[in-house]
Amino acid sequence: MGNIALTEAVYYILLSLTDALHGYGIMQNVEKLSNGRVKLAAGTLYGAINTLLDKGWIKALDNGADSRKKLYIITNSGMCALNEEIERLEELVLNGRRIIKTENKPVEISLKKPEREV
Amino acid sequence: MRKVIRKVFWAWDFDKEEAWLNEMASRGLALVAVDFCKYEFEECAPNEYGIQLELLDNIVSSEESRNYISFVEETGAECVGTWIRWVYFRKKKDGGEFKLFSDKDSLIAHLQRIIIFIAVLGIANLPIGLLNVMLGINTLIEENVVVPNIYLGIFNLVIGIAALAGVSRLTRKKKKLEAERQISE
Repeated sequence: MGNIALTEAVYYILLSLTDALHGYGIMQNVEKLSNGRVKLAAGTLYGAINTLLDKGWIKALDNGADSRKKLYIITNSGMCALNEEIERLEELVLNGRRIIKTENKPVEISLKKPEREV
Repeated sequence: MRKVIRKVFWAWDFDKEEAWLNEMASRGLALVAVDFCKYEFEECAPNEYGIQLELLDNIVSSEESRNYISFVEETGAECVGTWIRWVYFRKKKDGGEFKLFSDKDSLIAHLQRIIIFIAVLGIANLPIGLLNVMLGINTLIEENVVVPNIYLGIFNLVIGIAALAGVSRLTRKKKKLEAERQISE
């Protein structure tokens, strides 16, 4: 699949759909997962769901009578994309932590020019 | 008590229209119905509702649009009016803002849709207007008769020029978002 950086919305949608959920369920789950930080708006979510369906990363479950309230679930290829993204994110965080060696301390940035050794 | 306000907004001023409707809601008047240049409000608690406008991909009566509207309604919003491909939603704020789009990509896509819509419907008035005015001037010179084409043509030209200005404002807005999109979602 190569080097695809997922958007935050897509990442959290895929993560939510490891369980079958309908649209509103995804919105609530994403908000809960991110401690209220990520609030997916309905239009954005709808567009993302359709793109993910087209890509085959998620699929709609046939839940008979109430066809309007569609349930969605992640597919195998969606799971692959999610796993690759987690690896990519780990790399980002690892590099960030390695170079900025502070956890909660404010970063001290030296603006002085490094003195050149003669 | 319902209150009716008649007001004209050009399609390219949809964001100003939305801002006005939200200002009304913040003053305790929530939109309940929309018709051509006619807005109907009902009393609500100040700031109880947020209003959002969207230009859909398809006409409101199409299956795609109906699916989309019911999807948005499932999330607690209410469709209070439609107009060709435009749809007006309102939702109780409950502490949070009501937005239809939560990332730059979807905001950009929506602006793009509106720009094309206006470009097709609005700017098409320019050549039609020009043709009508030329036809009118021609009859005036040759037969010394004022034909209605000349007025129609001027009307077309005015709309066409306003649409062109609208498109360029929305395009600047879109470009700004696209520049920000380069560094963040």
